[in-house]
Amino acid sequence: MENVSAASPVEVDPTVSPESDDITLLATPWVTIVWNDPVNLMSYVTYVFTTYFGYEKKKAEKLMLEVHNDGKSVVSHGSREEMERDVQAMHEYGLWATMERQ
Amino acid sequence: MSGFARHRKSRLVIANFSGFEADLLRSLASQLVELLRNERAMPQQTSDPLEALLDFSGPTEVPDDPVLARLFPSAYTDDDEAAGDFRRFTEATLRDGKAEAAIAIIDGLEDAGLPPELTEEGLVIDVELDEATAETWMRSFTDIRLALATRLEVQEGDEGYWASLPDEDPRGQAHDIYLWVGYLQETLVDALST
Repeated sequence: MENVSAASPVEVDPTVSPESDDITLLATPWVTIVWNDPVNLMSYVTYVFTTYFGYEKKKAEKLMLEVHNDGKSVVSHGSREEMERDVQAMHEYGLWATMERQ
Repeated sequence: MSGFARHRKSRLVIANFSGFEADLLRSLASQLVELLRNERAMPQQTSDPLEALLDFSGPTEVPDDPVLARLFPSAYTDDDEAAGDFRRFTEATLRDGKAEAAIAIIDGLEDAGLPPELTEEGLVIDVELDEATAETWMRSFTDIRLALATRLEVQEGDEGYWASLPDEDPRGQAHDIYLWVGYLQETLVDALST
């Protein structure tokens, strides 16, 4: 027996340009953004970042301070579905979160 | 009262409230439940009667009430359609979760001895919460604080304004309650972090 599973040669049709938009879509992760608000306590926001995302305290505090000082912080990256889960979880915790393509 | 603390041996999160404080907390939690169930999470109105009958999905529009709009923010800032879809799939669940969390506070206080009508003076309510219940209370304190702050239009750095209000100003009194729930939450976060 020969040629059990030879990879078929990839033929590139020079007349078809790659769907650059689709490629960008697949390769670009989405992000979850948490926005500053005048209500949520710094200790609580840090607690949420350590508990939900499993971040170490140092990283959670850094993100919390970004939210506090810069008005917002990117707190997670991933697929669209993953970010929808994260945004929903942040809303459960009462944090003001949105998502967008990076 | 001194807020929440972690009991060293049992690891339970404990607090004691005066009857008045417990009654106030129950009242705030009850108002939140009422608000969450009041403006119903209904789908968008449609002119097609068949479509209306078949549409049992969640809402797609931002709630009218500013408190609800803050509790259920749009997930997408620049894509109304995606924001509507996200809302349809999540808002009802989020509403139920927040209502259940507020009910957990009410139940916890009543299980600890808070009577339906507060009459007795000198009543002390001791609560002992396991980890999961304590976290539920902590989340609900956030919702209560967001609700109060939205109604009061609390802004960053406005402490001076609130402090300047005369004692008899009801907004100032409401703001004191907002600060008190913040204090409770701070001690609860500390207790859960130790």
